[in-house]
Amino acid sequence: MATKVDGKKLKSGNGNLAGLTKADYRGRETTLCQGCGHNSISSQIVAASFEMSIPPERIIKLSGIGCSSKSPAYFMSRSHGFNALHGRMPTTATGAILANTSLKAIGVSGDGDTASIGLSHFIHLVRRNVPMVYIVENNGVYGLTKGQFSATADKGQELKKLGVNPFMPVDICMEALIANAGFVARSFAGDPKQVKELLKAALSFKGTAVLDIISPCVTFNNRDESTKSYTWGRKYEAPLHDVTWVPKRDEIRIEIEPGKLKEVEMHDGSMLVLKKLEQDYDPTDRMEALNMLAETCCGGILVTGLIYMSKEQPPLNEVENLVETPLTLLTEEELRPTSASLKKTLEDYR
Amino acid sequence: MTQMEFTQVKLSPVDDPEAIINNFSMVVATVNGSGSQTSNLALIRALFRMGIPISGKNLFPSNIQGLPTWFTIRASKEGYTARRDTTEILVAMNHTTMIEDLEGLVEGGVCFYPDHIARPEIRDDVIFYPMPVQEIIKDNNPPRELRDYMSNMVYVGVVSQMVGIDIVAIRGALETHFRGREKPIAMNMAIVEAGAAWAAENLVKQDHYYVEADNQTEGLILLDGNTAAGLGSIYGGVSFAAWYPITPASSLAEALQGHLPRLRRDQDGKNTYAIIQAEDELAAAGMTVGAGWAGARSMTSTSGPGISLMAEFAGLAFFAEIPIVIWDVQRMGPSTGLPTRTSQGDLLFVRFLGHGDTQQLLLLPGNMEECFEFAWRAFDYAERFQIPIFVMSDLDLGMNLWMSKEFDYPDEPMDRGKVLSAEELEQVEEFARYRDVDGDGIPYRTLPGTDHPRAAFFTRGTGHDDAAVYSERPEEYVANMERIARKLETARGKLPKPIIHKSKGARAGLVGFGSTDPAIMEAVDRLAEAGVNVDYMRLRAIPFSDEVLEFIEKYDRTYVVEMNTDGQLYQLLQLAAPANATKLVKMNHNDGLPLTARWITESVLGQEAK
Repeated sequence: MATKVDGKKLKSGNGNLAGLTKADYRGRETTLCQGCGHNSISSQIVAASFEMSIPPERIIKLSGIGCSSKSPAYFMSRSHGFNALHGRMPTTATGAILANTSLKAIGVSGDGDTASIGLSHFIHLVRRNVPMVYIVENNGVYGLTKGQFSATADKGQELKKLGVNPFMPVDICMEALIANAGFVARSFAGDPKQVKELLKAALSFKGTAVLDIISPCVTFNNRDESTKSYTWGRKYEAPLHDVTWVPKRDEIRIEIEPGKLKEVEMHDGSMLVLKKLEQDYDPTDRMEALNMLAETCCGGILVTGLIYMSKEQPPLNEVENLVETPLTLLTEEELRPTSASLKKTLEDYR
Repeated sequence: MTQMEFTQVKLSPVDDPEAIINNFSMVVATVNGSGSQTSNLALIRALFRMGIPISGKNLFPSNIQGLPTWFTIRASKEGYTARRDTTEILVAMNHTTMIEDLEGLVEGGVCFYPDHIARPEIRDDVIFYPMPVQEIIKDNNPPRELRDYMSNMVYVGVVSQMVGIDIVAIRGALETHFRGREKPIAMNMAIVEAGAAWAAENLVKQDHYYVEADNQTEGLILLDGNTAAGLGSIYGGVSFAAWYPITPASSLAEALQGHLPRLRRDQDGKNTYAIIQAEDELAAAGMTVGAGWAGARSMTSTSGPGISLMAEFAGLAFFAEIPIVIWDVQRMGPSTGLPTRTSQGDLLFVRFLGHGDTQQLLLLPGNMEECFEFAWRAFDYAERFQIPIFVMSDLDLGMNLWMSKEFDYPDEPMDRGKVLSAEELEQVEEFARYRDVDGDGIPYRTLPGTDHPRAAFFTRGTGHDDAAVYSERPEEYVANMERIARKLETARGKLPKPIIHKSKGARAGLVGFGSTDPAIMEAVDRLAEAGVNVDYMRLRAIPFSDEVLEFIEKYDRTYVVEMNTDGQLYQLLQLAAPANATKLVKMNHNDGLPLTARWITESVLGQEAK
């Protein structure tokens, strides 16, 4: 769709408001498998950032370890990136974001990273409401180590090497909700339009925005019966609504009969417009969100869309009462108290 | 509460030909959680205010309430501050340990005890002073909830009277403790004065231990190493800290949290720092690394078990070359070990912390001034060398009370290291994150948010070429590791040099580091008295500088004094000086208690007699 910002019409391929072309958002060539869902998500991250005119220099990319975590190398080479340790991305992200709150942070993680080795860090990041977009590229399998079950694998899921998984999966959206996340969405790499719109909303949200994106692993977990496969996702995706992100001050152009449209306002004044589909769903009701997830978790459908949003919790940078200037840009005078203050402080130790 | 002016009956050692003045160790035996800290601090601060050199050590259990605790105050007119292995004065407030406490007293020693405790009849060679604690409390009737705390003030009064501690100095100490709040000061002073008055009236001085005002503490301060480290970090411009509670390191982060709001808020009351209590030490290290990567002056503080968890990030920060500062306030290992006892047992582990070929840089503070100084310098080193800096403190330094000269304000501007700005990027043809442009092994970095299309790079713990791009090429891996080795060599010459104390005609060398310094200094004097002169070198950093290797070369025997079981410094020195390895003599002891001068003296004399 053609987006209108401040009266200017944007088309991909042309320059954006930052004066950049889409090529300026390019990453290195991907080394992931052909058809990997992660590549599709990378493209949407590029598209969303470009269309929102966020200069890549104002973005930091953070990841852990795994196929998903390699992907930040494959988008926006002009953004600083940090491919840290398995499961620990929430921790490096917390430090980096507090050190420089003027930057937008995009974290890319996988289901092994977030739901297994780093589950506690993930929950604590959400609990602290670290302002960032937290993407889980969820494929139910360990790809880089060649096909072991992850904690989001379905009970009964079958893998070539390991047989049948006997355990219930961890639901990343439910974990996020229980940890009091202010923005929880689920999407499907096979639905790039929705991925992009949700990404834009997430980038406009001040707080942790969790995006659990089912992202098929074409090599190890793409059998038709797997709930993390393309075939299954295409067949059973059940969007809660049709989502469109609209920048601030843009006129909503979507013609729709009254009652079918719900708007959710982001911190920066932009809107996520939710068009009603088959049934009513209120993404501002946490209990409804939890119930919906509980009911649909093993129900043979893939529910996608904005599951929950609330601006109630302040983001961590506000809690920390930080100065406006990024901590990384403070001068020596601002960082080192005076010698007189040292003398005075030491008087307490006589 | 008495409103009357209290006048202390003055004690004088003049008539006592056997008087021992300002030279004793006093142990206060209590149960933990009984609120004796205020009383013990009042005693030690009063002695300090009287100008007498002192040190204070709290020997406490890993427990909240009910287990034995000993607070030791050493007074030494010669200025020695190490732990002493004799006790001259005992305040026996804990009946469950009274037998062993009494057994530890020297002949002619003194025992103060509450008269409601049945005194074991095991020593007839010490002086006993009973104290009517319950009676005095009853007479003064403090608020019920404060009764237990107040009880401990009785011994402050009685002891002060019997050894001659100035009650005015006790009041001054309480003013410091309660930050001038008159109500608690007055309440506590009432009990102290009642105790002192009772003692003046009812006890006759039979022992020979006296306190006399001196002038040796003028201009000095009295504090613990964790506070010194916290302050040093603040004056080093710390802008990010993450931590997880652990004994004996928690009070370092708490010192930050206590002082930062006053020292580091801008005119609008906004913080120029962030401090996060993390979910575990993995996270504390990760946050520290993330902030260091972004360009903050970033630190964490922990102890052994936390260091184990931080190993993963320590390796990443080493290989990805991210400046961070990690304080290790060491305690006894292995494993959970003795959480409330001191040790120097993390040296080897931290030196090579991280899998693969990781070498870390260690600073070794030996006193309060260095806890402060190394705290601020650590950020300069970290940013200059783009590497973690580990500052190896221990429980004895970190949590016990030490006299110190006032800290010198940092005498050098901050060194933010090789960071390229957008303007500087414009001047250079090419930016490659890990390229050795200057030949010192230290590459240039850019900070996230640098507004230049060539500023960005991709930080990773995986193998990389000099442009930070993933690489598995053998020659690129080797070249990178060789450059890092050059960087370490650059750092080796820049870290703090050892302090060498020379003696005339020294026949052997002595090497030590950290909290054992006071015990070694005292031992050096005692050895000289015994006719064995030694030169003493105190290390202040690892890897070792050339001066360290030259020192070892010089003597037939160099004793390596340390507080761990495996002789870890001894091993590191052998590795660094293989040709002189046989000249080194292992001299280690590790039982959880700080080393004493006596142990060192006797160990060296025993070896020298061979």
